[in-house]
Amino acid sequence: MGRKILLEHIDVPGIKTFDVYRANKGYSAVEKALKTMSPDEVIEEVKKSGLRGRGGAGFPTGLKWSFLDRKTNNPRYLVCNADESEPGTFKDRYLIDHIPHLLIEGLIVSSYALGCNATFVYVRGEFKTQIGILEQAVAEARKAGFLGKNILGTNYSLEIYVHSGAGAYICGEETALLESLEGKRGNPRIKPPFPAVKGLYDCPTVVNNVETLAAVGPIINMGGPEYAKIGIGRSTGTKLISACGNINKPGVYEIELGLPVSEFLFSEEYCGGIKGGKQLKAVIPGGSSVPVLPAKLITTTAAGEPRLMSYESLAEGGFVSGTMMGSGGFIVYDADACMVRSTWNFSRFYHHESCGQCSPCREGTGWMEKVLHRIENGHGRQEDIDLLVSIAAKIEGNTICPLGDAAAWPVASAIRHFREEFEFHVNYPELVRDPKHQPISKLAQVHV
Amino acid sequence: MFKVTIDNITVEVEPGTTILNAARKIGGEVVPPAMCYYSKLKGSGGKCRTCLVKVAQGSAADPRPMPKLVASCSTPVQDGMVVQNITSPEVLAARKAIVEFLLINHPLDCPVCDQAGECDLQDLSFKHGLEATRYIEEKREFDVVDIGEKIKLHMNRCILCYRCVYTADQIAGKRVHGVMYRGDTAEISTLISQNINSDFSGNVIDVCPVGALTDRTFRFKSRVWFLNPMNAHRDCLKCSGKVTAWMFGKEIYRVTARKDQFGEVEEFICDECRFEKKQTSDWVIEGPRHIERNSVISANHYEKIKKPSIIKPLEEKTEKQE
Amino acid sequence: MALRIQHKIFERDNQPVEFSKETLAKFRKLIGRYPEGRQKSALLPILHIAQEESGGHLRVDVMDFVADLLKIQPVEVYEVATFYTQFRLENTGKFLLEVCRTAPCAICGGEDIFEYLSEKLGITDGETTPDGLFTLQGVECLGACGYAPVMQVNTEFEENLTNEKIDRILSELRSKANVDKPKESKWAEKFC
Repeated sequence: MGRKILLEHIDVPGIKTFDVYRANKGYSAVEKALKTMSPDEVIEEVKKSGLRGRGGAGFPTGLKWSFLDRKTNNPRYLVCNADESEPGTFKDRYLIDHIPHLLIEGLIVSSYALGCNATFVYVRGEFKTQIGILEQAVAEARKAGFLGKNILGTNYSLEIYVHSGAGAYICGEETALLESLEGKRGNPRIKPPFPAVKGLYDCPTVVNNVETLAAVGPIINMGGPEYAKIGIGRSTGTKLISACGNINKPGVYEIELGLPVSEFLFSEEYCGGIKGGKQLKAVIPGGSSVPVLPAKLITTTAAGEPRLMSYESLAEGGFVSGTMMGSGGFIVYDADACMVRSTWNFSRFYHHESCGQCSPCREGTGWMEKVLHRIENGHGRQEDIDLLVSIAAKIEGNTICPLGDAAAWPVASAIRHFREEFEFHVNYPELVRDPKHQPISKLAQVHV
Repeated sequence: MFKVTIDNITVEVEPGTTILNAARKIGGEVVPPAMCYYSKLKGSGGKCRTCLVKVAQGSAADPRPMPKLVASCSTPVQDGMVVQNITSPEVLAARKAIVEFLLINHPLDCPVCDQAGECDLQDLSFKHGLEATRYIEEKREFDVVDIGEKIKLHMNRCILCYRCVYTADQIAGKRVHGVMYRGDTAEISTLISQNINSDFSGNVIDVCPVGALTDRTFRFKSRVWFLNPMNAHRDCLKCSGKVTAWMFGKEIYRVTARKDQFGEVEEFICDECRFEKKQTSDWVIEGPRHIERNSVISANHYEKIKKPSIIKPLEEKTEKQE
Repeated sequence: MALRIQHKIFERDNQPVEFSKETLAKFRKLIGRYPEGRQKSALLPILHIAQEESGGHLRVDVMDFVADLLKIQPVEVYEVATFYTQFRLENTGKFLLEVCRTAPCAICGGEDIFEYLSEKLGITDGETTPDGLFTLQGVECLGACGYAPVMQVNTEFEENLTNEKIDRILSELRSKANVDKPKESKWAEKFC
C-alpha cells in the first residue's frame, strides 16, 4: 500500500462535514501556520516540499508563489482552478465530493502565505453539485472561525468565494480563467504580463490547481522536507491519478510518485488490469493533451527501464518515445480500440473548445478535425497523414496559449506510434466505414 | 534607453517599447507584418500571430534565447535583446504557416472584394503565402449583412483581429457589436437586429485589415487603384476634418482617414466626413497623397509601374482558351 | 461545397422580466462578492440563475436586464452568453439530456448510449421531441470519465449508463412531465 497524504482520512464516515474533518486533525495546518509561522516561512516550507503544480504543467509551486509581486499596494489574489475539464481527469471533482475541507484548509494556509484576503475558487459550471458542496464547506469553516475577520484571533482575515464557469474547457488555462472570473469571454490573455504581476483585476495573482492547494495543508503539518522524502527525485509527494477507459477498476487513486506504471495498471490496488482480459494497446497518462504511448512504451522506456509514474520518467525519451505526467488523467485503451477514431474524437474536442482568438488554433484545430473525420470515415488520402503531421507542427508553439499544443500533440503522437492504423484507413476505406469495425490488427491479418 | 538588435540592426528605444515598435523605428523590411495589432487601439495585438519573431538573446543580463517564437507586437524589449525577423528561417516558416491558416477558410474572392488592392491579407499572402492550397475541406460561409446603415459585413473574409471591437469601445462610443460564439464559428455580430450607429462608427472600416467591413456608399463603385487618393480637409465640428478623398476625375468616390506607412489611420474621422461629404465643393483638396504601401495602389499610380508577373501567364491562358 | 454557419439574429420580445424577491436578493449578494467596480464578475453565476429561473434559456430581454443590473453594455452579456456552452439562447425541451461523447466516455460505450437515446426518442443531436419533453445534445467531456458513460439531465449527473438505466431514467422523467424540477437542483440554492 502506498502512503496516503490527501486521501488519508477518505474512508472516515462523514469526513465531508466540518466536524468530522476537524476531529481528524483537520484545520491543524491553519492553526500551525497562522499562529506559529510567518507567511514567508509557509512559502519556504512549500518550496522545501518540492510540490509541483498538479493541474498539468508541473511547475514548482513554491517558486510560482515567490514570483508574486509583493511590493505593490494593490490587493493580491489567490485563485483556485477547479475548472477540471481535461478529458480523462476527474480527481479534483473527487476531492471536492469527498473531502472538501482539505481544499478549504489548503486555501486558507496558501492565502495566508501569499497575503491574500479574498480568494476565489473557479469551478466548472457542469460541477453544480460540487459548487454547492464547496459553498457549504466555506459556510461551515466560516462558522467555526476559520474564515472571516481575525481568523483564530490573529489579525489575518480571509474570505473565500466560490465562482462558477459555464462550459468552456479553455477556462482551465489560467489567464482565460481570470478573464472568465471577471465576467468576460474565456479568451486567454497575451503574455507578458503574467498573472504574478498583473492577474485578476490587474492585481498580482496566483492561480493553482485544486490538488496542489489541497496538498499544502498536509505539507505544513508534516513539514516540507518530510513531504519531499516521499516520491522519487524531483517528483516529490503523492499524486492523484484518475484512471479511466478500458480497465477493471476506474477511479481516483493516490499514488506515491515513482510507482511503476505496470504496477499501477495491473495491480488490484489500482486499475486492476484491462477489462475483459483483453490486451493493453495504449495509454494516455496525463489527460488527453499529452502524447499517447503504445503498450510497449508506457510500461518500459525506450532504453528498457521500467516506466515510473513520475514527471521525469513519463517524459523520458522526449516526444519520440515519452509523454508527460500532465494532470494525471490516465486513459487506457484495450486492443480493440481504433486509434484513428480516438484521435478524431479528441481533435473534435479541441476544435470545439478553441476560443477562436488566435489564427493557428482557430483554423488549425478545425482543419485537423475535418481531415481526421475523412480518414476515419474512409475518405482519406495517403497525403492526408503527412498533412496532419504538418498542420500539428504548425500549430504547436505558435499559439497564444497551450491549447494549441494540446490539440497538436495527440494527433502528432497517434500518427507517430500508430501510423499503420491511419494508413490502413486510407488503403482499405470500405473496411473502416463502420465505426464499430474490427480492430485494425485483426483486419490487417486478413487483408494485408 | 534600451538597445535592441533586430536582424543585425541596432536601435535605441524607451523601456516598455515592444519589439514591433522598435522594428518600426528602424523601418523597412525588418518590420514584422501586423494583422491585428493597431498602435492606436489599447489592448489590440497578440492574436493573429503574423508578427511572430525569434528572440535569439533575451537581454544582455540574461542572454538565453526565448524558447518559443514570440508575438513582437506584445513582447517588450529588454536591454541587449537580439531579435531575428526576416533573418530567421524559423520565423519565415511560421509566418507562412499563419498565412496558410488565415487563408483556409478565406473565400479568396478578391475579384469581387472592395478591399482588393489595399488589403493587408492580400499583401501578406502575396509575400508569404503558398502558391497552392492544401485545404480541400468545405470552407465556412456566413451570410453577408449590413451591420451599420452604411457598413457591410462580409464575415467570410474576417480574420477576427478584434480591431473593430476595440474601435467601437474606444473611439466610437457605445458598443453594440462584438465577437459572438467561439472557435472557428465565432463571428462579428450584434446578435440582435440592430445597427452599429454612432458619429464615429465608420472607423471600423478603416481599421479592418481585410474586406470584412466595407463602405456601402462605395460598394462596387470602383477599384481602388483606379482612384487618385488626395489629401483633403474641411472644417468639421466632430473631427479634425483631415481625410483622404479618393477621386476619379473631379468626382469624390469615397472618403477615408489618412493612413500612415504602417497602414494605420493618422486620425480617426467622423461619419459625416466619411459618408455625407462626397462633393468636391465640400473639401479643400490639398494634393496627391503618397501611399506607402506594398500594394497595387502605390504600384500603379505614382511610382514605377510594376506589372505583377502573374498577369502574363493569365493572358496566355485566356488566349489559348479562345 | 461550403459549410454554412447561420447564427440566428435575435429580437427583443419586450415582455417584462420578473424575478422573485429572493432571486433579486441573491443577485445582489453575488454582486457584493466582487470588489467595487468589478460587478461584471458576477455575470456567469447570475446568468446561470437567470437562465434557470426563466425557463431554461436566456431571452434577449433577460440578458438586457442582467446587463442593466451589472451596469454593463448588453453586448457584453451577449458575447459571454454565446461563448459558454451552458448558456442557451433558445428554448430546449423540459429535460435537456447532454450526453458526453469525448473519447474516455466514447471508448466505454458513450457513442452507443447516444445512439440508443437517439433511437428511443426519435431525435438526433440538438433536436427536441415533438412533445417538448426532451432535447438531446452531444457534449464534450463532462469531467466524470471514471464513471463513463455519463450524461447530464438538466445539469444533474447520470453515470455508468447502460441501456437499461437509460430506460429507467426516461420513464422516471416522463412521470415527472407535469411537475416542476426538484428544488435541490436549483442554481440559486447552490450559492449561499
